[in-house]
Amino acid sequence: MSEDADTARLVPRDAADVAAIVAGAVRPLEAVGSGSKRQIGRPVDAQLLDLGALSGIVAYEPEELVLTASAATPLEHVERALEAHAQRLAFEPPDFGPLLGRERGQTIGGVLAANLAGSRRVTAGAARDHFLGFRAVTGRGEPFKAGGKVVKNVTGYDLPKLLAGSWGTLAVMTEVTIRVAPAPELDRTLVVAAGSIGECLALLGGALRSSHDVSAAGVDPRRGALLRLEGFAASVDARTRALCNELRCTPQEALEGGASRDCWHALASGAALAASPVVWRISVPPTDALQVLERLDTDRYLVDWGGGLVLAGFDLVDAQRVRAALTTGHATLLKAPAAARAATPVFQPQAPAVAAVAARVRSAFDPRGILNPGRMD
Amino acid sequence: MICLPEPDAAIIERRSGIVRALRGLVAPASVIDDDVRLAAYETDAMTAYRRRPLAVVLPESTAEVAAILKFADREGVKIVPRGAGTSLSGGAIPAEDAIVVGLGKFNRILDIDYANRCVVAQSGVTNLGLSHAVAAEGFYYAPDPSSQIACTIGGNVAENSGGVHCLKYGLTTNNVLGLELVTPQGEVVRLGGKHLDSGHYDLLGLTVGSEGLIGVVTEVTVRILKRPQTARALLIGFDEVETAGACVAAIIGAGIIPAGMEMMDKPAIHAAEAFVNVGYPLDVEALLIVELDGPAVEVDYLIERVRAIAAENSARGIRVSTSERERLAFWAGRKSAFPAVGRLSPDYYCMDGTIPRRELPRVLRAMSQMQQRYGLRVANVFHAGDGNLHPLILYDANVPGELERAEEFGFEILKLSVDVGGVLTGEHGVGLEKRDLMTYQFDATDLEVQHRVKHAFDPEVRFNPGKVYPTLRRCAEQGREHVHAGAERFAHLPRF
Repeated sequence: MSEDADTARLVPRDAADVAAIVAGAVRPLEAVGSGSKRQIGRPVDAQLLDLGALSGIVAYEPEELVLTASAATPLEHVERALEAHAQRLAFEPPDFGPLLGRERGQTIGGVLAANLAGSRRVTAGAARDHFLGFRAVTGRGEPFKAGGKVVKNVTGYDLPKLLAGSWGTLAVMTEVTIRVAPAPELDRTLVVAAGSIGECLALLGGALRSSHDVSAAGVDPRRGALLRLEGFAASVDARTRALCNELRCTPQEALEGGASRDCWHALASGAALAASPVVWRISVPPTDALQVLERLDTDRYLVDWGGGLVLAGFDLVDAQRVRAALTTGHATLLKAPAAARAATPVFQPQAPAVAAVAARVRSAFDPRGILNPGRMD
Repeated sequence: MICLPEPDAAIIERRSGIVRALRGLVAPASVIDDDVRLAAYETDAMTAYRRRPLAVVLPESTAEVAAILKFADREGVKIVPRGAGTSLSGGAIPAEDAIVVGLGKFNRILDIDYANRCVVAQSGVTNLGLSHAVAAEGFYYAPDPSSQIACTIGGNVAENSGGVHCLKYGLTTNNVLGLELVTPQGEVVRLGGKHLDSGHYDLLGLTVGSEGLIGVVTEVTVRILKRPQTARALLIGFDEVETAGACVAAIIGAGIIPAGMEMMDKPAIHAAEAFVNVGYPLDVEALLIVELDGPAVEVDYLIERVRAIAAENSARGIRVSTSERERLAFWAGRKSAFPAVGRLSPDYYCMDGTIPRRELPRVLRAMSQMQQRYGLRVANVFHAGDGNLHPLILYDANVPGELERAEEFGFEILKLSVDVGGVLTGEHGVGLEKRDLMTYQFDATDLEVQHRVKHAFDPEVRFNPGKVYPTLRRCAEQGREHVHAGAERFAHLPRF
């Protein structure tokens, strides 16, 4: 291992180094892959643990639908390997780089640690649903593994679920195994200029309740309702006709292939809100979306997950007003200046009984509170 | 031989006081302590082991569950949660010093929300009950464990149950949005809801598959799906298991995720055909059932794709269902494989490892050698799409030593599953059955981390004692009392 003199950045060469560093650490550590998400969550005062060297695909067997990679493997490498075998990640992780004013690029471990999922979340699940197993190092510096390398496994607690979305506060992941999926022959997005946001949301609901296998449904107010149909070309064509019939709508436009993918990537990544200094990511039951949008009263917003996800841009944080707009669900402060993130709970506060359990779980992994302390507080 | 933990004599001595106290917390008739009625709770679907519980309590509300768990926490009494008792791994087998909390009265569906495509139900509602409740609007709940007519959604949550359709539609964990959980301290917590992802630690995801070790689930919110327009199936024979395996790999390699993809080996084919007479070919080494569902145009297209792939992989006698009746006939043999095998032998023992599919030929070859060594026959059914293998080991419990041999045979198969890169259990759970094999798949630190998670919920280790994780406790006298030949529990349930 080496220590960068300027920034006191710890740079382990491998998993054994990670274990040694964590075991010997006397100061808190902030594990990073590419560092793309350091601006999300409460700022942490800790020494950087740069996992960049833990990179590379360890095993990829397309016909087993399983891929194992070192935790800091760039997502782009993973996606390129999958593309070569006409496969993909069904959860289609968004890249918040542009929204946060950064270059694009993130690691597979970072995507899992943040449980990021794009537009297909509503039908194909989140990162957590495709996270099969891992190797990691606990806050005590112990290397351990959980889950498995096969797609169906119920042996022991489902710790991959627990680590997904734990933002590096439970353990430092060194290797991950994920489930991959075939890429569709045809990816088509119907753009329907439906009028009011209420009418758009009604279209999303109708589309997802239909039997036409709509894989994603969102609203970009500049374009209208977006409905995605994927699969074998003959099927996509037939479903397009049936869906438009059932919803009595005429799409203004049909985007296909790369244009369709780009459209959803832009929506999920919130690129259109990049000019807003503050962006909230709000998850609610889909039928609550309209009321939440009315209460938020902003015209800078995007809707995804059939109404279940709202990205909303503001000039000020105003956590109280945003969280008061929700009857249930959660509002995460996705983008805000560091000072604001230090002063506001970035994640939706939990009920006291749940928070107490979560604190005990954290201390089961990291009793010294050395991994990313405060990040999720 | 699986050891059950030695009961705490001090608790057993206090039994009458504990029963009295429970009768003060719930309707007195909801507490069972007489031997006759307790007998119904002595075991689950892993009938080779049984124990009489201290008492059974059947609460009717979350408040009653909380009161019971608070009492048990105060008094240091162990708890065994129970749904319908259909676990194949002994997950609901009681202990003599434990109170069984049965969720049988939690049988109400609380909210059907088509607009948000979800259903909120009490945890004792059956899996099939969920689908029935939304069938009129054309919806269903996707995970379909074979015991779905009897098993409860709470039990499905505990075991993270699968089913034949889970390659395409996911396991329980991928279809549950929210839970109400009563912790071992008697606190009621709500995890998730009608929205997606919690934004904090995924305690919901942790609870699913926790096998009753961290609390009692009282309410579940599940997502529902629109029923596919069409489903059709192919029945494909192969002269060699290898080519059947290659065909499965080629189907997935072509980007097709079938709704179900099941394989049977020759002994299983013969047993099933003798049992249901649906015209399975008897001269093949492996039989594949591939089901495709979705819009009619897609299904028709994929049927032809799969037919072509099968032909390229030396398939024989490809049949395609042309009616719903024919599709169900294709499945009839597979779905009755367990009772069919049960007719060949007084008893059978069903294993549940998952392997990387490419290892199938090697694992089957090894199993056939093991048959010689153990002097026991085995028939194989296999969720081919996801590599979940169900070897059925035939034995006769009345022959001294055969059950022990069957268990050893099964354990050797599971160890082989781990050796080839797989896992001990794909969908039945670890429970009591595979507990002592956990050290084969996980090292001491892996297990220690899991113990610590358990302690975060249940520091006194009172919930579902003796399950999932090996303990160092001394073993009590063996509690096995086998039920034999047809007298087994849930004999009427299809098992696949």
